[in-house]
Amino acid sequence: MLENAKEIIKVDDVTYIYRNSSDEEENASAAKQVNGVKGVSLSIYEGEFLAIVGHNGSGKSTLAKLLNGLLAPQQGKVEAFGFDTSGKDVYEVLRRVGMVFQNPDNQMVASIVEDDVAFGPENLGVPQPEIVERVKWALSAVKMSDYADKTPTRMSGGQKQRVAIAGVLALKPRVIVLDESTAMLDPQGRKEVIDTVMRLNKEENMTIVLITHFMDEVIMADRVIAMDGGRIVMSGTPKEIFSQEDRIKEIGLDLPVISTLAHALNKRGFALDTDIFDVEELGEEICQSLSKT
Amino acid sequence: MFRDVAFGQYYPGDSFLHKMDARVKMVLSLVYLICIFFIQSFFGFGVIFFLLALIVAVSKVPVRSVLKSIKPILILLIFTTLLNLFFNLEGETLVQWWIFRITTGGLIFSAKMILRLVLLVMGMSMLTLTTTPVDLTAAIESLLKPLNVVHFPVHELAFIMSIALRLIPSIMEETDRIIRAQKARGADFESGNIFKRAKAFIPILIPMFIGAFKRAEELAVAMDARCYKGAKGRTKMKILKCGWRDAVGAVVLVLFFAAVITLNYLEPALSASLPWMFFGA
Repeated sequence: MLENAKEIIKVDDVTYIYRNSSDEEENASAAKQVNGVKGVSLSIYEGEFLAIVGHNGSGKSTLAKLLNGLLAPQQGKVEAFGFDTSGKDVYEVLRRVGMVFQNPDNQMVASIVEDDVAFGPENLGVPQPEIVERVKWALSAVKMSDYADKTPTRMSGGQKQRVAIAGVLALKPRVIVLDESTAMLDPQGRKEVIDTVMRLNKEENMTIVLITHFMDEVIMADRVIAMDGGRIVMSGTPKEIFSQEDRIKEIGLDLPVISTLAHALNKRGFALDTDIFDVEELGEEICQSLSKT
Repeated sequence: MFRDVAFGQYYPGDSFLHKMDARVKMVLSLVYLICIFFIQSFFGFGVIFFLLALIVAVSKVPVRSVLKSIKPILILLIFTTLLNLFFNLEGETLVQWWIFRITTGGLIFSAKMILRLVLLVMGMSMLTLTTTPVDLTAAIESLLKPLNVVHFPVHELAFIMSIALRLIPSIMEETDRIIRAQKARGADFESGNIFKRAKAFIPILIPMFIGAFKRAEELAVAMDARCYKGAKGRTKMKILKCGWRDAVGAVVLVLFFAAVITLNYLEPALSASLPWMFFGA
């Protein structure tokens, strides 16, 4: 669906392995288990919504940090917008590839929302009147304008994470990477964050890289990549990925709730399409199959 | 346990004083401090007391909050007063008991010391009561800027302060959580002697420190991700601005300062006619 879109980030046969003295023995004993990523190649296209899934320690967060130059590859090469992420142009990469982290409390620099959102553009040396504009725009894009002069202490996790997204948006990036940004949130907060990034993807043509282990968040993605043991093991549209129930289970992941239901019904004698993720769609499918019999 | 500890003592408001430039307030506080050490007579203290009353009235901060600021120095106050009372033996003896002797000189000297300390602390607390910690750090950064010439890391220092201010509530919250978690496992913080109790705090301190370091690490990565590279080439969204209020404030304070200095010269002449008022000269 995005065949003729522009390639903006190119990961070429990249390896990054954490060297940790205490892990060394573990690594030796579990020879195939890699702490990091190994020989990963990947292209990210402008305007796409890419989801990267994998269980803990599958290397998905390492891959995320390689995308914007927070980590420099030990082997191979990452190129974003024509800049090599391991070179001196790392700030050119960072300003184009924004990143939202897991814990909303630990990525907030200032005690007041608007000051925090202004942090990025201040670092870039943006002229003062434009910073004010960017902060206003970023906060309205995540629907947090009413909180501009508040402190984040009493906000919900979802609200804090939206402020964190605004903080990244103020850099005017082309890509936003969400590194397990929904992992610490309650369902309501997760929905707020996902809705926000979906809207940015649709309205601002923002490229989104969503790293998660909640399968229900992956359904809306244009493309899904599944990781295991530091390697990419599956790649395709959500429908393609979730029709392979056994392989998904094999790498320690679950199917989205709706697909699980479809698979379970099939085991009881139904013949449903297993690549359905929408409640309505599944309902219709069930009705059809019932009327056939 | 710590949830409701108000950090700093900022009293939110919208007054003349709140709207003044934090830098100007800081400099004027310094002038006020110097001024207090120039005072020699009770009348001089009266003048400054009037100034302080004026400042408090303008700030619309409740008098109770201002008085609260003396609480931390109460012990110091009592201690210095006693020392001065018993060791300053000038003037006539008023009371004598065993080896203790209280003289008029000692009494006057201690009274002045009390006034000086109280006026000082109350005046300084007016700065922190009407200025947010964020503005204070911004003011410090701006005022120390000349030190950049000698390569003093002004921006870094101010930034460290503002991040500390940002993290203190988070760390307090976490400490609160750790305390409850340890209590739930049967930790006892309330019984035993002081050493036993101090030891009981180790299971709180260790996770707290580990948590703080983890937090610092994550924050550092998040700052990197948002292109932080120190003071170089950095702009600011909020620009401190001096306005007419700052001019008015400065003029008022300078007038009072001048009054105190003048009093020091005039008093010997005046005290002849009104000795009860100026016996401190």
